[in-house]
Amino acid sequence: MKLLTHNMLTSHVRGVRPGGGFPLRIQATEVKVNNVDFNQEFVARMIPKVEWGALVEAAESLGHLSDLPHELPPEYENNEDFLRKVHHVLLEVEVMEGILKCPDSGREFPITKGIPNMLLSEEET
Amino acid sequence: MKKLKLKELESRLQQVDDFENPKLLLEQYPTRPHIAACMLYTIHNTFDDIENKVVADLGCGCGVLSIGSVMLGAGLCVGFDIDADALEIFSRNAEEFDLTTIDMIQCDVCSLAARSKTFDTVIMNPPFGTKHNKGMDMTFLKVALQMAQTAVYSLHKTSTRKHIQKKADEWKVKMEVIAELRYDLPASYKFHKKSSVDIEVDLIRFSSEKLPN
Repeated sequence: MKLLTHNMLTSHVRGVRPGGGFPLRIQATEVKVNNVDFNQEFVARMIPKVEWGALVEAAESLGHLSDLPHELPPEYENNEDFLRKVHHVLLEVEVMEGILKCPDSGREFPITKGIPNMLLSEEET
Repeated sequence: MKKLKLKELESRLQQVDDFENPKLLLEQYPTRPHIAACMLYTIHNTFDDIENKVVADLGCGCGVLSIGSVMLGAGLCVGFDIDADALEIFSRNAEEFDLTTIDMIQCDVCSLAARSKTFDTVIMNPPFGTKHNKGMDMTFLKVALQMAQTAVYSLHKTSTRKHIQKKADEWKVKMEVIAELRYDLPASYKFHKKSSVDIEVDLIRFSSEKLPN
């Protein structure tokens, strides 16, 4: 699971307040870094779409903050150095094994071989 | 990125492995490489909704649509499916093709947990909802419309077009049939008496271009 994907996921366990269940906390036991071709246009377009705080928190919890600032810097569109760091965190850092934890309900979702299992039981939906 | 021709895309997609033991209850029939290639090629060339986009593939199965999207330059494609066996094959496929901008989530699409409008494009070949899960295609569509910022591309039986149009009007989304295809449904299940059955399907584009009143 890439951190860009993580940034788009929430937990829908029954009882989670509206807008809750985000961001899922990551407890990783295995993290892998893959090479992904840098696509400046794509990264620049993604930045306004991601929840920046959640991305920084996720990267930090994995020990891969990669010097990302807590506040989004102004005029980042042409700052290649910064965009490369964001690219790395969004697409290259992957959680292979671990759990995702719903911040509201505490429900844990396992991540196995890089695939989060978000299935809920009938009582939970 | 070098332009990929339709024929090249189709022949590459022929190398994608499919279901080993398709599950009837999940309506697991493969999206044939020909259909997948036509579908993706149209989405890419006519609407430019794949290259550099974040794409979701709902009910992705073994991932042929996701893999094709990445071949056409998707910035990231995330496949969602309920079935761990299908995702395992998908995962192997992604590795064999050495695709790096792809991710998978195991979940029930009907109770999918994604922040709304985070994906640019949603593509899917949903269960047609004809066996034990009536209305499933419309449930998939509803979820897809919540996730997509720009457009949803989906395959539906032509015989249900009127019903879908009614729903689209109700949900205030614009619906365009962009291709009529013949879906060669192979006899993957025992209840199919003929060796294969052709059914007519529509490739439909849904978008929310209607202005709110």
